[in-house]
Order: sequence, then structure tokens, then C-alpha cells
Amino acid sequence: MDQIEERYPFHRAFNIEGGNFTHAGSISSQVKRILKEEGFPSDVIRRMSIATFEAEMNVICYARWGILTLLVTSDFLKVVVDDEGVGIQDVDLAMKEGFSTADERIRELGFGAGMGLSNIKKVTDEMVLTSVVNEGTHLEFTIHLNPVENFNEVSTPAMGRMSG
Amino acid sequence: MTLREIQKLLDAEVFTEIENLDREITHAFAADLLSDVLAIARRGADGALLVTGNMTLQVIYTADVVDLGAVLFVRGKRPTVPMIELANEMQIPLLMTNYIMFETCGRLYQRGLKGCVEKVTDGSD
Repeated sequence: MDQIEERYPFHRAFNIEGGNFTHAGSISSQVKRILKEEGFPSDVIRRMSIATFEAEMNVICYARWGILTLLVTSDFLKVVVDDEGVGIQDVDLAMKEGFSTADERIRELGFGAGMGLSNIKKVTDEMVLTSVVNEGTHLEFTIHLNPVENFNEVSTPAMGRMSG
Repeated sequence: MTLREIQKLLDAEVFTEIENLDREITHAFAADLLSDVLAIARRGADGALLVTGNMTLQVIYTADVVDLGAVLFVRGKRPTVPMIELANEMQIPLLMTNYIMFETCGRLYQRGLKGCVEKVTDGSD
């Protein structure tokens, strides 16, 4: 136990270059590897990786640049993404499935279907999204490692845990 | 069925390391939209076969992130060298068949491969 307490918490930060699609997804790949090395349950890794992938794509698609920070503690995993870019005009609308402002280039990659933010919400325990138009967007999501209330996407109201 | 059996069934070309062909595949799904792949994968697609016509590096990153068992490209579309290199690095087998997506899925289903998810309750599910 002492070893675990010494190891946590730690964080890793990644820079994301907006508009550079070539290695879009590589940060999520690295995040997944870190979580795997730490030996977290595969379900937790999968959910965290999926949410991170969606978040990474959002910065690449819509922002000039961003920083994605992974925070690992013995109680929860958290990713915080801050970007500088166009921002989101209507956060509630952006959360709606199918709503998208993606251009052709994004859609050609197989993204931009308007599923990303709601997918993040569905796989995580907490999600906070705030934005200032023409400045940037702040997104953070958390997965609890020792949840009192178990993750259950079916019983979670669409906007129930949304705040910010 | 194993990847080797899938390869024979679909007369598929393999682009990545051959030892992975003994990998057992029990579930599959077909999608070109990576958002759909991620949405399906949140229910668990560990070890599943993705049948796709999406030829981007992002398919490989997605496959890695959600622990897919293999990616099968349809309609004779060949993965690029960077895609193959990345897949080798991540140990994700890449295959390619000349069959169209419908035929590919039909043949796999006939041989007992099941969908990762049978159906969803509605479009937002």
C-alpha cells in the first residue's frame, strides 16, 4: 500500500495542435498505455480512453491548440482539456446527439457525426463543459475508481450530471 | 473462428505480422464512422473484428484505444504504409478483402460470427 500511496497522484500533460489530423488519436493511445501500465480495470481504461479520444478529436477539429491533462489518483481518474479556439455557442445544443458543426474534412475522417460530447458523458461519471465563444472551451471528465454509485449509462438522465 | 479462418473464408490479404492470425474472433461489427465505432465500443468490443471502409490512421488509433482484435478493410482498399507500421507497433492485425461490405458481413455471420451489439433501443442509445 505504501508504494501505491507514493505513486499517486500523478499527472501527465499533452499538447494538442488544432487542425493537425495526421496523428489524431495518438494522445488517447498514450493515455490508454499509461492506464494499462498502472493496472486499472479494463472497463475503466476503455471508458477513459474512449472519452479521451473524443476530447482529443474535438480540439483537433475545432480549436487552434489545447492542453490535455490526465490526472491519476487512487480514487479517481480525471482528464482536463483546455483549448483556445472558436468555442461553443450553445453548450446544451452541442451536447445533443447529431448536432455538429463539422466540415467535410472532419467528416471524411469518420468523425463529426455529433456524437462525441454525449459519448463522453455516457462513459464517464462526471463531466463539466464550459465555453466562451471565440476564446475557448474547458472540458473535464472523471471516472471514480471506488464508486459508491455504480456507473450505469441506462439510468443516467441525458443532462443529469452536467454542470458548468 | 480464428483470423486465419477469416482470411481463408474471405480470401483476404494480411498486412501485419502473421503470428497474430491465431487470434480467436467471436464478435464483429461494421462501421465507417469512427464515432459509431467509439459508441459501440463503450459497451465492450474487446477482441472484436471491425469491418470497415475507413482508410485513415485514426482507424488504427481507434482500434488500439478500444482494444479491437483486428481490422478488416473491404472492397479491395489497401491500407497505407503508415497505417501498417502503426498497426504493427500496436499489434493490431490488418486484413483486406475484395468482397464488398455486405458480402463480407454476410459470409462472416453465416459462419457464426456475432455482432458486438445486436441492436440499440434508439438512435441516441
